Amino acid sequence: MLFGIEWDTSDNLTFAISILPILMRGLWVTLQAAVLGFFVAMVLGLVLAALKAVPARIVSWPTRVIAEFLRDTPLLIQLFFLYYVLPEFGLILPAFLTGALALGLQYSAYLSEVYRAGIEAVPRGQHEAARALDLTPRDTFIRIILPQAIPRIIPAMGNYLVAITKDVPILSVVTVLELLGVARIIGDRTFNYLVPLTMVGGIYLILTLLASYGVRRLDRSLPKTGIPLK
Amino acid sequence: MHWTEYLVPLGQGAWVTVQLTFWSTIFGAILSFAAGIGKLSGFAAIRWLSVSYIEIFRGTSLLVQLFWLYFALPIVGEMAGIDLRFSPVIVGILALSLNIGAYGAEVVRGSIQAVTRAQYEAARALNFTPRQTLFRIALPQAIPEMMPPFDNLAIQNLKDTALVSLITLGDLAFRAEQLRNFTQDSTTIFSLVLIMYFGMALVLTAMMRVLARMVGRWRQTGR
Amino acid sequence: MTDPIIKFDAVGKRFGSVTVLDGLDFEVAEGEKVTIIGPSGSGKSTILRILMTLESISDGVVYVGGEPLWHERKGGNFVPASESHLREMRRLLGMVFQSFNLFPHMTVLRNLTEAPVRVLGLSRAEARERGLELLDMVGLADQAKKFPHQLSGGQQQRVAIARALAMRPKIMLFDEPTSALDPELVGEVQAVIRQLAEEHDLTMLLVTHEMRFAREISDRVCFIDGGRIREEGAPEEFFTNPKEERTRDFLHAILADN
Repeated sequence: MLFGIEWDTSDNLTFAISILPILMRGLWVTLQAAVLGFFVAMVLGLVLAALKAVPARIVSWPTRVIAEFLRDTPLLIQLFFLYYVLPEFGLILPAFLTGALALGLQYSAYLSEVYRAGIEAVPRGQHEAARALDLTPRDTFIRIILPQAIPRIIPAMGNYLVAITKDVPILSVVTVLELLGVARIIGDRTFNYLVPLTMVGGIYLILTLLASYGVRRLDRSLPKTGIPLK
Repeated sequence: MHWTEYLVPLGQGAWVTVQLTFWSTIFGAILSFAAGIGKLSGFAAIRWLSVSYIEIFRGTSLLVQLFWLYFALPIVGEMAGIDLRFSPVIVGILALSLNIGAYGAEVVRGSIQAVTRAQYEAARALNFTPRQTLFRIALPQAIPEMMPPFDNLAIQNLKDTALVSLITLGDLAFRAEQLRNFTQDSTTIFSLVLIMYFGMALVLTAMMRVLARMVGRWRQTGR
Repeated sequence: MTDPIIKFDAVGKRFGSVTVLDGLDFEVAEGEKVTIIGPSGSGKSTILRILMTLESISDGVVYVGGEPLWHERKGGNFVPASESHLREMRRLLGMVFQSFNLFPHMTVLRNLTEAPVRVLGLSRAEARERGLELLDMVGLADQAKKFPHQLSGGQQQRVAIARALAMRPKIMLFDEPTSALDPELVGEVQAVIRQLAEEHDLTMLLVTHEMRFAREISDRVCFIDGGRIREEGAPEEFFTNPKEERTRDFLHAILADN
């Protein structure tokens, strides 16, 4: 029994049907973690991208090192770091929030690159044309550059949202009861890992196939793109 | 325990991580080429097999794959009457290779397709067979294009090795968790471990750069 | 008269709803040098691409050396050609492309030897000897070890001509061989083609916009428009006294440009 829902192990199919509602609870947590983590990544990524673009080397260079560090070290270790080290400094967060923060940190590094590539993909001539029309730098950025950059970055953002969803299972390590964590508990208690783990794989497959279909449709409906993933 | 004493067990773990990364990158690369070329095959069965492999391993989470191979595969084996229980090392390398190979396959496919039509036409005019065209004309031009995304995938693979600690394999992440349990000195241990992973990533990137220069030598000859 | 080495018999070619060749009849005798001219989109490059088997046909029959190119005879009937038949037929043909299409990852010499070794089964030494001879002929013997990107466009096109010749084809197809070149490099490539036309009994089919060059090297000039041959004849007669209205308009327009 988990979340007050009983399972029936009489045969694999009955078992599968009986645990589906439990797995759906886990999926709901997975999606929440992915969305919250992605939101953190979008905001932090913007900060990183902005700081990397600062002309003063003393700001841009350390930012670049930090972003590279976040990108090149394992999410699992970053998660452990936050989970065990933050409390030593008196910051005690629920496991779910710690997990979302870890996801957000890692993906902020990826997203900062997406933002940068999106802005750099706007042709130089657009900046020059805006200057020739005497627009202020602020207006140039908000009215000329951003409207052209955003459609270019949306498919890449969509791909990263899918990627972050696939990384959520790592949070099960710090006791977050997302999809995989729930499946493992069911497996531990029933000694039948095959059914719940295969179902998790199937649910992920359906989710990502739907998502990549969505990204492709979005991609087609948007003007020119061209930012590679990872 | 003084922090320098951590270095011995962490060093042992790091060595396991290096080996895991090495082998899964090699096997992953082989799978990348097999499935990437397979997806472009003229035989529907091979194409279908390649696409299924790529979609399944890109479409699900690595940790799910790892747990499935470790916990569920032996049960499948039991039902089929074969022994499919493997040691954590085998399962770890298997899961990492299969996962990274599926991502790499898309890189291989994309780079082969990016070779211009004109090159394929020239090859046809000179009467090369499709196989000769692939191996002698298309791949030598496509491989240098694959190197930057392969570099990213190799780094991804290095990071992913940390997950095998969760099936009791004694890599760097596993040793770190063990030490933390023993000493409760999380800050020092995890800072050290993060720096060690970062260092390994920098070395790996440098190695991939050397490799990229080797396969793309013909492009660098000056005028 | 001997059988033509190339014969288009009521050949049609459509891309979707666009008709590129419309019941084209066209013959080339062995050893003949024929230039095809015409406005862009008239289907002149398509003729070469069909012969090189880069483009299939929609109707009719193409014969090369008396054999159907895109068909095989089976029990008195024509059936679509198999890949092995196409491979057999391609041995007769060589092609020079507008944009050279050299293999960028191979040295100049390797570009010339790779196909003879892999396709014709020559030994490395034989292929090398043949390659160096041809490079000498196009005046690039000293560039053998360089890579294509280290050469000028004109040099690259001369290598491409040598590469096609290394396969010892009976028919050479030139698809606008000088259109992608800077004006000052056109001459060296034309000189090589001219030499080839004068000194060898190759059958040559050339698509070009260079009217003076066409006049110099051809035995016959064909004007194609709307997927059919509108007028053909010996160059002197063709250029000085065109009969058709369309030909006059075309020549007028193109000569005004030059």
